[in-house]
Amino acid sequence: MHEIRSQQATEAALQNLISQVRNGYADSAPLVVGIHTGGAWVATRLCEALEWEEPATLDISLYRDDFETSGLKRSGTTNRMPQQLNGENILLIDDVLFTGRTIRAALNVLFDYGRPGAINLGILFDRGGRELPIEPTFLGESLGEEGVGRCKLVGPEPLVLMTPDSE
Amino acid sequence: MHGPAALQLTPDGRLKHLLTTEGLPKSLITELLDTAETFLSSQGQPVKKVPLLRGKTVVNLFFENSTRTRTTFDIAAHRLSADVVTLDIRTSSASKGETLFDTLKNLEAMQADLFVVRHSAGGAPFFIADRVTPNIAVINAGDGTHAHPTQALLDLMTIRKHKGDPANLSVAIIGDLKHSRVARSLIHGLRGMGCPDIRAIGPGTLLPSDLGHLGVHTFHNIDDGLRDVDVVVLLRLQKERMTSALLPSEREFFNLYGMTESRLALAKDNAIVMHPGPINRGVEIANEVADGPQAVILDQVTNGIAIRMAVMAMTLSTQQGGHS
Repeated sequence: MHEIRSQQATEAALQNLISQVRNGYADSAPLVVGIHTGGAWVATRLCEALEWEEPATLDISLYRDDFETSGLKRSGTTNRMPQQLNGENILLIDDVLFTGRTIRAALNVLFDYGRPGAINLGILFDRGGRELPIEPTFLGESLGEEGVGRCKLVGPEPLVLMTPDSE
Repeated sequence: MHGPAALQLTPDGRLKHLLTTEGLPKSLITELLDTAETFLSSQGQPVKKVPLLRGKTVVNLFFENSTRTRTTFDIAAHRLSADVVTLDIRTSSASKGETLFDTLKNLEAMQADLFVVRHSAGGAPFFIADRVTPNIAVINAGDGTHAHPTQALLDLMTIRKHKGDPANLSVAIIGDLKHSRVARSLIHGLRGMGCPDIRAIGPGTLLPSDLGHLGVHTFHNIDDGLRDVDVVVLLRLQKERMTSALLPSEREFFNLYGMTESRLALAKDNAIVMHPGPINRGVEIANEVADGPQAVILDQVTNGIAIRMAVMAMTLSTQQGGHS
């Protein structure tokens, strides 16, 4: 396990994401939803910095598309969401964007809570490799050119982008 | 591990069938309960259905009558987006003379992924699990007087939610333990979770003789048995026991073992009262207890759906999902 982005570099990406989101929502705050676990950490930092209400959190493990090959992956958390999302303006947050499948699953969960008014996507690191037509609205840093392999955000304090445990 | 209980686990200890709580390690029971908690949260969503088992076929094989258990398995499978087929075998081929083995082979040929089996003969789900094609999971929904593991797990989930870790609790089970697969499975589950004080309360004719081997203390006097327990589990008194002369009458049973407010006062202050349902008011339980603040009987029903979702997802995950 080694660092791909140090604490300082991760913090810089986070500040970049926060400033974009601040500009994007100059008029009114959205309902921020962080994807468990890394996305929830980023969402919490973002809401603190912008003095918004605590984010909702989403567990997508029951909506994954790889049950056939990978089986049940339970995160051990439960969703912390408002009862319904009809008409809500949502900012969905995740730590690392890769194939887009996690975001696809998260969108499905959100629609099980109602019909949101709009959904934007905020991502801390984009490592490329998309398999679905999903792109971030707000992005901390693009790692696509570097061809980094698998990575995960370690946190919540401090946030550091690492290679997975086995590497 | 060896014997029938080993049939439900993979060599590396994952759950591929659920046949009995006997011999289930604490880690696996805990994983089942934690998974059920996750499903319980999805049951609070406006859309209660999750897409996890989309395209899978669950076949309910009920060789014995059951409305409630079958309904909760139905709901659980539907909420996982599986397709569900329910076969009431009593009215079909078994009554035409087909053997269990041939029935099984026919159902396999229909490309089922999971069998939920209830049978009046103890061991029938083991027979099926032992002979089923690889990749098909088998869940025991009650076999004879032998086992009812999903009921035991939902009871453990309810106990853990209300009273915390069973390793710190006293649990009393009251009534006809001798003919109760619910009681037997719960005792094994409680033992697996490290429960230090399990008590069986009932008349000698309705308590099995092997309870001592399971570390269960028996009481014929309910007042002695209830003292300072955290959890009271009532069992349904089956009417046919009266006809077989094991009990004089329902009224007599209620007088000796019925759960009343004054008896419940002997247990700890916030003790919970559970019952697998359907309840017989005025036989095992007085109205004021059934409708009182300490009864968690309807909570058990809700937890039952989450537990059955968890068991289906975990066994199919092991059977078809490959690695953990």
